[in-house]
Amino acid sequence: MTDTTETKHKAGWGSKETMSKLAKRHRSEKAFRMIGLGAILIALCMLATLLVSIASKGFTAFVQTRFDIEITFSQDVIDPNNTRDLEVLRSASYGSLVRDALRKEFPEVKSRRDLRSLFGIVSKGSVKQLRQLVMEDPGLIGQTKVISLIASDDMDMFNKGYIDRNVVEADRRVKDKEVAWFDQLDNKGAVELVFNTGFFTSGDSGEPEIAGIWGAVVGSFYTLLITFVIAFPIGVMTAIYLEEFAPQNKFTDIIEVNINNLAAVPSIVFGLLGLALFLNVAHLPRSAPLVGGLTLALMTLPTIIIAARAAIRAIPDSIRQAALGLGASPQQTAFHHVLPLSMPGILTGTIIGLSQALGETAPLLMIGMVAFIVDIPGGVTDPATVLPVQVFLWADSPERAFVEKTSGAILVLLGFLVFMNALAVMLRKKFERRW
Amino acid sequence: MNGTGHIVRSFDEDLQEMRNAIIEMGGLAESQLEAAVRALMDRNSDLAQSTIEADVAVDDLEQAIDNMAVKLLALRNPVADDLRLVISALKIASLLERVADYSANIAKRVIALNLAPAIRPVSAIPRMGEMVRHMIDDILTAYAQEDVELAYDVWRRDRDVDQLYNSMFRELLTYMMEDPRSITSCTHLIFMAKNIERVGDHMTNIAEIIIYQITGQAPSEARPKGDKTSVTMIETDISRSTQGNDN
Amino acid sequence: MLAEVQTPETTKENAIIKASDVSVFYNDKQALNGVSLDIIENQITSLIGPSGCGKSTFLRCLNRMNDTVPGGRVEGKITLDGHDIYASSVDEVLLRARVGMVFQKPNPFPKSIYDNVAYGPRIHGLAKNKDDLDDIVLTSLEKAGLLKEVRDRLNATGTGLSGGQQQRLCIARALAVQPDIILMDEPCSALDPIATAKVEELIEELRENYTIIIVTHSMQQAARISQKTAFFHLGEIVEVGDTEQLFTSPSDERTQGYITGRFG
Repeated sequence: MTDTTETKHKAGWGSKETMSKLAKRHRSEKAFRMIGLGAILIALCMLATLLVSIASKGFTAFVQTRFDIEITFSQDVIDPNNTRDLEVLRSASYGSLVRDALRKEFPEVKSRRDLRSLFGIVSKGSVKQLRQLVMEDPGLIGQTKVISLIASDDMDMFNKGYIDRNVVEADRRVKDKEVAWFDQLDNKGAVELVFNTGFFTSGDSGEPEIAGIWGAVVGSFYTLLITFVIAFPIGVMTAIYLEEFAPQNKFTDIIEVNINNLAAVPSIVFGLLGLALFLNVAHLPRSAPLVGGLTLALMTLPTIIIAARAAIRAIPDSIRQAALGLGASPQQTAFHHVLPLSMPGILTGTIIGLSQALGETAPLLMIGMVAFIVDIPGGVTDPATVLPVQVFLWADSPERAFVEKTSGAILVLLGFLVFMNALAVMLRKKFERRW
Repeated sequence: MNGTGHIVRSFDEDLQEMRNAIIEMGGLAESQLEAAVRALMDRNSDLAQSTIEADVAVDDLEQAIDNMAVKLLALRNPVADDLRLVISALKIASLLERVADYSANIAKRVIALNLAPAIRPVSAIPRMGEMVRHMIDDILTAYAQEDVELAYDVWRRDRDVDQLYNSMFRELLTYMMEDPRSITSCTHLIFMAKNIERVGDHMTNIAEIIIYQITGQAPSEARPKGDKTSVTMIETDISRSTQGNDN
Repeated sequence: MLAEVQTPETTKENAIIKASDVSVFYNDKQALNGVSLDIIENQITSLIGPSGCGKSTFLRCLNRMNDTVPGGRVEGKITLDGHDIYASSVDEVLLRARVGMVFQKPNPFPKSIYDNVAYGPRIHGLAKNKDDLDDIVLTSLEKAGLLKEVRDRLNATGTGLSGGQQQRLCIARALAVQPDIILMDEPCSALDPIATAKVEELIEELRENYTIIIVTHSMQQAARISQKTAFFHLGEIVEVGDTEQLFTSPSDERTQGYITGRFG
């Protein structure tokens, strides 16, 4: 009797009951795996949609349309007195060179209105283009040369296919005449699509075809530099002090809770703080990377402190004991052993904090970095803007051509973010230690 | 035993098994001695013969105890009182084996004596035998119950055995001088008495071992010495020797 | 016989550390209760006892490692060569240079073997120049019996060695500071029997020049290598004496119960 009751509670291999339980368990495991996989797939789809839409809109920002037009660098227009003085060369009317060239190219165009339209097919930036050429090589004066002039944003859009020629003329930004001129140039083989170096080398502009992100990149660089210089040492020192030296009491508990809370404070609040503190109280220059960097440093600090504390806590106590046991002071222990060993983790956290700061817009709006700035900033006190703000500005602009610029700038920003995160991963992999 | 048992219970079982073997062996040795003395009294050569043969069983037990001890030492790494118990068991087993040997020796001499006519002084042997048998009995009780006082008591009793042996030694010497024909028998008797006296000595040794096993220390008193036969000369001898206490 | 052994030696033995009535508290919890123990110079003293009995705590009092524990408080008096090591004039950093420590888990720094050993001399400024430092490092490795095995890879990382080698590296590292006393907190508990035997052999050799105090869970180890053994239980010393005496005939029931495996 007892034997049978005992065997009842034993799991029998291959019994019907056991098999059905087993099948159930396998089913639920499989289901769980499918759900997990599904979640990842959904996330990947979202990411792919984002990337594809941005990339498909943005990649054309990296090329631009140019027209090959024969320009006569007339001595009379540029330097009538033959001084070759740089000031004279700079202030010459290059616009008339372009206009002359276009008249020569399209002699049939006569009316004032048509001429104005004709002059509009090349970018206002072509003036700058020519000036630069002449300034670099004054020997051009008096010669006639085929120059690849930047097309206007409308022509650029038309060339890239964003403007459909089959649409009724009234609804089309590019009129029939302009289409005809474009076709004429195209038939001559004078229309070309080249890599848009200007996008990476010039600052912002009201003209989409010559607007670039370099100003924003440099602005971002200076801002992040300030952020790093301020936030990194303060963050690391705070973390070291809290982890290695601070006594465990109510006060340090409060500090810890507050640091964790700060990391969750909306960034706009940091912007307001920066505005109040750095602009209104300290009277630092508005729109400058200095202020932006300080503000972002405030925002990044909690992230760095938390990451650094985690990295420091990950150092096994045996290392500290070993050092202390040899007669190293607590400070020597911290700086000879704990800090160097936790540095990869700290750097990883810092880079993640900085990449977060790189993508931050809201606090910078508050301190005036949203201004339209054409010049490339030369230092931390020059007015500047940063990449995400540039994206914001362009996304706000009405011109059709800024759409692709926006996406292009986002692509560049994403590129930087991926690069920084990859660097963080690399650092972690490279210095990962087994104890 | 120390109140609580070992955390590893089989260790306790092993130790208990060894203690039981010692007690069994002691019992065997005791009955051997008793049988040998009875064989002498009854002039029973058959009993003597069976006593001689029974010695093998004691030898086997000793071997078994040796093996147990070696196994315990190797596998359990005993320390403190456990270690003392194992070491004591080894030593006691070998002493008990000697006791059985002495009994066998007495039995052999009984067979030889039975070939000659009986002589009077034989009567002293059973008294000694009974005394020593009682010592064995008590020492086994002391061992089984870890009774230090009883062990001390046995230890002190050896003096009495020695004294009895001394007087018997003198008696036999005198007897031999009176009747030289009895020399062979008397010599055998002297050896028997010596054997029994040696058993008494071994009980003293075992008592010491038991005292060490239980307390961790050797007996605090000086060892009682009563055997003076090695320095005994009969009156007719001119000089008294005072050297050579070779015990 | 036994009485003879005890008396004459105590007069020869020179107690380098005298702990009297030492109590340790972690916050409100008392970890050690009125422990008094003399450590004899050039002897190996082992501290045994069940987990949480305070033996490691006591060991850490001897080089003031308890100072690093938040909420830790030490009462009583510990003298090293007659100087109170808890006196305000004593710097624990200098104390630890005299009283080295080897830990339970081998904990070499994740640096080269050379740097591991050279670290102590560097922070204490024991070497005047590079040659001096080389000398200290090589001598220490030699003393720790590791030089033969690592001579041609002094720049290899210390964590790449085997467990036993790592522990001997840690011992070499402690020796490099030229201490008088070495504290060992279960130095073999993470090692296999062969590595343990090597470390034990090394400890016995070191006894000539150093005073060694070792905490161990292995009673066999304590019995094998130490001259004096102290049995700790519930934060107190139950019994202290010659190792031989303690392992053959301990005087206290609790010691007996612990070493024979009858505890609890």
